[in-house]
Amino acid sequence: MTVQPRSLFDKLWSAHEILRRDDGSCLLWVDRHLVHEGSHHAFAKLADRGLPVAEPALTIGVVDHYAPTRDRDRINDPDIARMIRTLEQNTTRHGIRCFGLRDPRQGIVHVMGPEQGLTLPGLLINCGDSHTSTHGAFGALAFGIGATEVAHVLATQTIWQKRPKTMRITVKGQLGPSVTAKDLALSWIAELGADGARGHAIEYAGPAVEALSMEGRMTLCNLSIEGGARCGMVAPDDVTFAYVEGRPFAPTGAAWDSAVADWRALASDADAMFDREVTLDGAAIAPTVTWGTSPEEALPITANLPDPAQLQGARADQARAAMDYMGLTPGQRIEGTQVDQVFIGSCTNGRIEDLRLAAAVLSGRKSRVPGLVSPGSALVKLQAEQEGLDRIFIEAGLEWVDAGCSMCVGMNGDLVEPGKRCASSTNRNFKGRQGRGARTHLMSPAMAAAAAVTGTLTDVRPLLDGRV
Amino acid sequence: MAGWHSIEGPAVALPQDNIDTDQLIPARFMSVPRKDGYGPYLLHDLRFDSMGAPRDGMPLNAHPEAQILVTRRNFGSGSSREAAVYALADFGIRAVLAPSFGDIFASNAVNNGLLPARLPEARIEVLLDLLAENPQVMRVDLQDSVIRIGNEVIPFELDPVWRLKLLNGWDDIDMTASHGSAIAAFRAERAQSAPYALLKDQPNDPRNP
Ligand code: SF4
Repeated sequence: MTVQPRSLFDKLWSAHEILRRDDGSCLLWVDRHLVHEGSHHAFAKLADRGLPVAEPALTIGVVDHYAPTRDRDRINDPDIARMIRTLEQNTTRHGIRCFGLRDPRQGIVHVMGPEQGLTLPGLLINCGDSHTSTHGAFGALAFGIGATEVAHVLATQTIWQKRPKTMRITVKGQLGPSVTAKDLALSWIAELGADGARGHAIEYAGPAVEALSMEGRMTLCNLSIEGGARCGMVAPDDVTFAYVEGRPFAPTGAAWDSAVADWRALASDADAMFDREVTLDGAAIAPTVTWGTSPEEALPITANLPDPAQLQGARADQARAAMDYMGLTPGQRIEGTQVDQVFIGSCTNGRIEDLRLAAAVLSGRKSRVPGLVSPGSALVKLQAEQEGLDRIFIEAGLEWVDAGCSMCVGMNGDLVEPGKRCASSTNRNFKGRQGRGARTHLMSPAMAAAAAVTGTLTDVRPLLDGRV
Repeated sequence: MAGWHSIEGPAVALPQDNIDTDQLIPARFMSVPRKDGYGPYLLHDLRFDSMGAPRDGMPLNAHPEAQILVTRRNFGSGSSREAAVYALADFGIRAVLAPSFGDIFASNAVNNGLLPARLPEARIEVLLDLLAENPQVMRVDLQDSVIRIGNEVIPFELDPVWRLKLLNGWDDIDMTASHGSAIAAFRAERAQSAPYALLKDQPNDPRNP
């Protein structure tokens, strides 16, 4: 009997399939369900129907989207206080573990989960947040869901899904010096489009991906959604196991050994088939920045902006509208564009490695513009302070604040003012994402730090020369 | 939620790419309880200027009676916020026609009775031209997956599972409840095959990783 070769995705999917209906809809088991303040709609739906939470032990709450990054003891905005209180009440009522505002483990859900060892290879992880794709970095099947689905997972610990198509992005060679997972992600999205991977589960593979740290893999998987993918994943390997081992919720002893044996078997078989294959050359990727209002509008820092006059139809309209909103001129060099401020943080790039790299750029230098550094979690903050990174940021003139989503989405009041240009290590440059009329340029934390040092969009490579 | 078979109503053109869910409903409105209604926040910053005055030239301001929206690719990309669908539905929109949708948005839409109908880009451009000056009445037939406008009959794409769900107004939680024993059996099996997947009590060791 020949066994059909299977991909990482195939293995994860079949390990969670409870049943498949004739119409192709599958009922999947959910191993971890993460909830945050935004889950209030789902808890309200549950309350309307008088239903309990099916598996409180597998549900984990965390305060992140509305978390104030300063003066946590005095929350002046009643809406923010109410959103946080509602989550804490809902989780208490249902016996759900919650990392609240004062918990030393509080942080952005996609930073906290991996950090605590709640995210493990082989799991199916859901959260009412599109960047749940982050957790795929561990070889988990992790995807974002909407409020109706959150209510469903709360009530049943299962989710109905149609099997997505599969796609493998293989990155040959190695990324160049000072080129990061963020640059890799922005460049594939620029190439394939913000809906380029729509309906697909992506597996990232190849030497450049294997060489990434867990932090880098999380950044890469995090941004899968910005290319339209349902989820992104990387096969678990020794890098993964070294990161997970010893985390508070990770298995220990004999249970650890047998788990690792299972996890090793998750990698795609040699002849596994994918619906789509894309190959990139890691060495060809430069530090990349976005110039427009969609993550697909990204360019190497060395490039010039497109000229809408040379584009066709809808593409021309889109480019014109984006340049108008962003206050940029067709054909101009992107490097040298003046910025008003910087933001370093978010679930994309708020981990310790991100802060180390930004600090390497900023060390001994001053920022020419104001800026905010918000670590991805309270533990990342602690670690950074133990390493003295906070001093570097503060001495450079940046503000060092508490952990949360912060200026990635501005729900906690950390906003970019109308018309201001922000060099940001976040994931969305949508119109108004960081505040009404805000102009966001996405880039790696190193590039954001470089923008701070020069006050303009800048190639970070010379600034990091000899420093890393 | 009630199912539906067809709708007939004014279709309005919104000729933009990548209308993401941050535009559909800016984050600052998302703490509002659903029962208060999300219609006023739909595309808020496109519809209103910074003083709160309605913008001229914004089709949804001129045509609040719109029931069908025709727009460009990657509609509803970005954040998983279901509030984007609440805003559309509470405004009165029942179907969106576009070349492509954000996956999570489309699934949220179906869960709220809103149709995300996919049409080829070229068809969408023709419809956008047709609706450029004024809205026109359009009919959407779910069963046959076609839209009718004037004498034209244009097919659209929709996942068959989603069509059934929209037609029947199915509620997933009820549907799943009938599989209770299969779920319980699966859970027991998973506890054996992947013991690491279960979580017990909080670990006593709050060691910093
Ligand atoms: S950091 Fe930004 S993208 Fe990440 S979960 Fe928070 S708001 Fe969403």
